[in-house]
Amino acid sequence: LDDKGKQLVSQISEMQEEDAVKLAREMLDSGYDPVKLLGHCREAMAIVGKRYEEGEYFLPELMLAGEMLKAIGDMAKPLIKQDASTAKTAGTVVLGTVQGDLHDIGKNIVTFMLEINGFKVIDLGIDVPIANFVNSIRENKPQVVGLSGFLTLAFDAMKKTVEAIKEAGLRDNLKIMIGGGQVDDTVKNYTGADAFGLNAMDAVSLCKRWVPA
Amino acid sequence: MSAEGVAPAPAAFYQQRLNRLIDAIELREPDRLPTILFSHFWVGRYCGMTCREIMYDYDRLAVALRKAVLDLEPDAFQPVHSLVAFGPTMDILDYKQLEWPGHKGLAEDVGFQYLDAEYMAGEEYEEYLLDPTGFMLHKYMPRVAANLEPLSQLPAYPGVLHTRIIQSMEAYARPEVRRALETLIRAGEEMQKMRSAQARVIQELKDLGFPVASHGTTHAPFDVAADYLRGSKGAMLDLFRKKDQLLNLMDRLSTLVPRAGIAAVKAAGGNMMFIPLHWGLDGFMSPKQFTTFFWPQFQKVLLTLINEGIYPHVLWEGDCTSRLDVIKDVPPGKCVYFFERTDMFKAKEALRGTVCIRGNVPASMLITGTPNQVREYCKKLFDVVGDGGGFILDAGVGVPDEAKPENVQAMFQVAKECVY
Repeated sequence: LDDKGKQLVSQISEMQEEDAVKLAREMLDSGYDPVKLLGHCREAMAIVGKRYEEGEYFLPELMLAGEMLKAIGDMAKPLIKQDASTAKTAGTVVLGTVQGDLHDIGKNIVTFMLEINGFKVIDLGIDVPIANFVNSIRENKPQVVGLSGFLTLAFDAMKKTVEAIKEAGLRDNLKIMIGGGQVDDTVKNYTGADAFGLNAMDAVSLCKRWVPA
Repeated sequence: MSAEGVAPAPAAFYQQRLNRLIDAIELREPDRLPTILFSHFWVGRYCGMTCREIMYDYDRLAVALRKAVLDLEPDAFQPVHSLVAFGPTMDILDYKQLEWPGHKGLAEDVGFQYLDAEYMAGEEYEEYLLDPTGFMLHKYMPRVAANLEPLSQLPAYPGVLHTRIIQSMEAYARPEVRRALETLIRAGEEMQKMRSAQARVIQELKDLGFPVASHGTTHAPFDVAADYLRGSKGAMLDLFRKKDQLLNLMDRLSTLVPRAGIAAVKAAGGNMMFIPLHWGLDGFMSPKQFTTFFWPQFQKVLLTLINEGIYPHVLWEGDCTSRLDVIKDVPPGKCVYFFERTDMFKAKEALRGTVCIRGNVPASMLITGTPNQVREYCKKLFDVVGDGGGFILDAGVGVPDEAKPENVQAMFQVAKECVY
């Protein structure tokens, strides 16, 4: 890692947004390899993710890190000639907020944390009809499905979604996790999911356990 | 039963229930464990209404509330119209901040939901700070209600004076402004209908011996900034990008926000304030961010209310266990902390002798569990959290919309057996 790269990793991981974006701009303007620069971003994100897991960083830091990553990515990606999307992923996760529920903060944070941990995440959005989950599973063959919901009405929507996945013959070899403000072990059993999580770290450790590297 | 073997009059029950509640709040042991019936849509659904009907039919909702209160006999109840019965008024306004049953994409039988968005841009801090009322009138109201958009044309009065005041009247006759003003009057009339339906059932229930658990609502300053002004993303980024402006905003809000709630409580002749919190929980912000941007300004709101003789009922949503040592810094015997997932036993340890605890039968248990599970859970709460008084039994964030009636009945029944 060269000095500029080190500095960039440090500025991103220390939440120095203006400095980090300015430095990235300067590096790219002076001909720095954009692929290498995005590698530094990934390294910084790994530090941010670790600090979040360790309780040093919280949602605001994840949000700001996501903004920095987007700003720098938008500058660097047009300069990359070849398609760099051939990178190996840790696994595929289909994720969405279940039907009837419009909340997305928790789901977005889980998406962000899974992505920086190398998972390919197919985010179906909010108020997702059951059929969309089933179709996406058929199409993308994920190892894990995440059902998000903040409201208590989500309990039934989660249960019905799990049942529909089963009826479609897609439940075998698929792990289903649920998450949201009010889920617990009782809700996990009620919905027929494999596990529940209270935060984005739980989602990452479940996926890592279920999809060995 | 009184000494003569005659059942006491409802008025005596009213006072008995109120005393039970006040004893708990002021950290004395009441005669038995007090309860509050707090729900959004459960009360109506208990009586066979859909969420859509609950939001639109004031009279049926009043009948439902009356039935639920008489069946469950709580020591106080949360008036439910002012929590949910907004449908007709929102139609008149073409309201944008909520999505509700039967409106656009939502089904008839799900509750309404708040739409998280940026209702004040990052560039508008200074404008808000200079003139909050002007901002709310000219910009915020038009943004949250499509039919109030022409309010943006109203004169900017701090600069309109002397004969210009007289000339400024022209604005009110513009066809689009006229339509907005007519919308306001129609919405006002609709809201008066809702309010009188609520007032009638409150009076009926008072005559039957049941006090009200909340006479008004207010917020934590950070929640106002994050939920209602900047949106969750904007507020989180402002913690870094606009720290000073955010702190200035918090400072203004800590004075401005409680005013309307205090006025409502006083107008109702009551002394209970409901305060739902959204951003205080563990994990949403760091301990340092919490003690910089959330707690000091909210503590100021609490002290203002207490000085006004009002008991704040603070609903600490989510798990706030890591905040206990900070939030215990309030005058003793004045506040109720209503917990959802906070560790109730740790809460009791931290708050004993300071704050009355309310809660927290889990939503999952009330929706999917059995009456026996509910009874066991409530008894355990009474034994530990109820020790020495200072505890009010309630569900985690009130009775969830989908709770099984037999589970709710078990919760209220068991409290009657929890005698000090």
